[in-house]
Amino acid sequence: MAVTYSLPRMDGMRTDRLKLAASLTRPMLALVAAFALTTLALLSTGVSPLEAYRLVLFGAFSTPVRLSDMIMLAAPLLLCAVGLSITFAGGLYNLGVEGQMIAGAIAAMVPLRLWPDWPPLLLWLLAGLSGAAGGALWALLIGALRQYANVSEIFAGLGMNFLASGLALYMVLGPWRRQTSASLSGTDLLPRDLWLPTIDRLRLAPAAPLIALLALAVVWWALTKTRWGLEVRAVGLNPAAAGRLGVAAARRMAETLAACGALAGIAGMLQVVAVHHALIPNISSGIGLLGLLVALLARADPRWLLPIAVAFASFTVGSIQLPLTLGIDSAIAGVLQGALVLFALVARARVR
Amino acid sequence: MDQLWIDLAAVLAAASPLVIAAMGETLSERAGVINLSLDGTMLLAAMTGFAVALTTGNLLLGFAAAALVGAAVATVLGLFSLTLGQSQTAVGFVLALLCTDLSSFLGAPFVRVPGPAVPFTPIPVLADLPVLGTLFFRHDPVIYASFLIIPATAYLLYGTRLGLIVRALGERPAAVYARGVDVTRWRYALLIAGGALVGIAGAAFSLDLKQGWSYRHTFGAGWIVLAIVIFGGWRPWRVALGCYLFAALEIVATRSQSALPNFPTQIIQVAPFVLMIFVLALVNLASSPAAMRRAATLPQIWQRPLLGAINRLRATAPAALGQPFERP
Repeated sequence: MAVTYSLPRMDGMRTDRLKLAASLTRPMLALVAAFALTTLALLSTGVSPLEAYRLVLFGAFSTPVRLSDMIMLAAPLLLCAVGLSITFAGGLYNLGVEGQMIAGAIAAMVPLRLWPDWPPLLLWLLAGLSGAAGGALWALLIGALRQYANVSEIFAGLGMNFLASGLALYMVLGPWRRQTSASLSGTDLLPRDLWLPTIDRLRLAPAAPLIALLALAVVWWALTKTRWGLEVRAVGLNPAAAGRLGVAAARRMAETLAACGALAGIAGMLQVVAVHHALIPNISSGIGLLGLLVALLARADPRWLLPIAVAFASFTVGSIQLPLTLGIDSAIAGVLQGALVLFALVARARVR
Repeated sequence: MDQLWIDLAAVLAAASPLVIAAMGETLSERAGVINLSLDGTMLLAAMTGFAVALTTGNLLLGFAAAALVGAAVATVLGLFSLTLGQSQTAVGFVLALLCTDLSSFLGAPFVRVPGPAVPFTPIPVLADLPVLGTLFFRHDPVIYASFLIIPATAYLLYGTRLGLIVRALGERPAAVYARGVDVTRWRYALLIAGGALVGIAGAAFSLDLKQGWSYRHTFGAGWIVLAIVIFGGWRPWRVALGCYLFAALEIVATRSQSALPNFPTQIIQVAPFVLMIFVLALVNLASSPAAMRRAATLPQIWQRPLLGAINRLRATAPAALGQPFERP
């Protein structure tokens, strides 16, 4: 993150008032700018923006099914964003989160396929542990590339994403291919009793959002209330200075990556046992990248993660109806999400 | 034997958008600005270029529109990072996702619509040369441009006074500032020029190499270019070589799909990027101080070629890459 300097000024009173005004008006301006850009895009297609906004903003809350879909998207999204707020606090851009999610999903499949007869509760636990370990391992590889081979975590992460999606493709088309014939649509479905239990007639598995909320609470506590969190934040601000103060900077960075990878891995495991009930090539579905946007907007402040994750998940779920009802592409949700984060970044720029 | 030359010519052609985008990114990174929005910029420019060329029926207008889109996205990146002091990485990443979704949304009416394409234009006389003709002179103008832009970028960076300024902007901005150069203004100029090239590269996909428009049309090419620029050590000829190696690997991967019917060869397509990252890691490992110390214990005869090879392969980033510049 950019370093901000504040110079001492003579007209302290006036700048204070200006700053207060700025702190209130700037987020509003950012919001207006983001909606202005999105509205322009909508207008160019000739549909009524109001109608489109009604679906994008509130569509996810219109029926119980859509609401449950939104929660099932918000859960892995929140897990990724929570994990990323750890790496952001440590000053790392973990673009590899997508691959960590895939690695977690693949690792979670291993116990499920090896011992499908074991009691489901034990298997879910094993799948969760294995998914977390898979994601953490994938993230640690990025840490190793950064630490020992001087490859920036951004490109190491992108490389590991490509590798993970290749591995997922290989598993789906190779060792775990369908019994009838190999298909890009995924592996055979898991046995019914291994699906995470859902609420009647909905696709909502309550365990998923509960796990995500638990992760949020633990990470909030660890980042703000523990010495470890303080050290991580110090490393994020200035690794060299933190090192001189006796913080094992490289170690802390590796730990943040592993923690983020583990949470992303659990998100991948949830995609397997609670959403797709199989391994599919696109198991991460861009949730990791969306998580990066959520974490950037929340600015590593864990309190904002939940509302932003829920809002972004509802934009995505709400926009799914757009092609059918209005005949426009659902990518407008992504435009709105991206624009919100982009203008929020400007709103944080220092006053000159 | 003839088939080999034809295959090599196909590699040169397939790499053309990568080369153009990579030269643009090299320019802006040498000036100290990372344009991480590359993938989104290329998609948005590819879509715009195709849409404009289709509706106006004028290919040049399509390329101009694509260049304009690339320059505009770069301007936004500059405004937010160079002027407003936000992280180049954060702004670039958000722009990448935003432009990707904008291209999907705005480009929906143009998906799989047949449209204009750059015509095949062999160069008269030269095309009939034995090997050289096949390799270099039986292409279209975009591919010729991709050949010319490599020496042009190299000459600009290493042969002109402007290039000296550009390299200094990336290495020691404070020093150029002391010589009376407006660092921010020059960084803007290089970023925008590089962005325009990236935009043209996008149109090189939609109007030439992979004609038409579809969802995520360029298939992650922008991320690949970003990695190639690092792989190439920010030096134009090496970056270009990286693009050609990448294109060659891709073609081999596609060919092997029919040769290995039982092996799920879709996997091979992710190999080039992964390979590149690991080669980069190996080179960096080999040039680390620890490895150098070990090399120093080797017999003298081995040392010189080994160290020479490592020095040739190592890639050092511009020292001020991605750093904000504060006026002293």
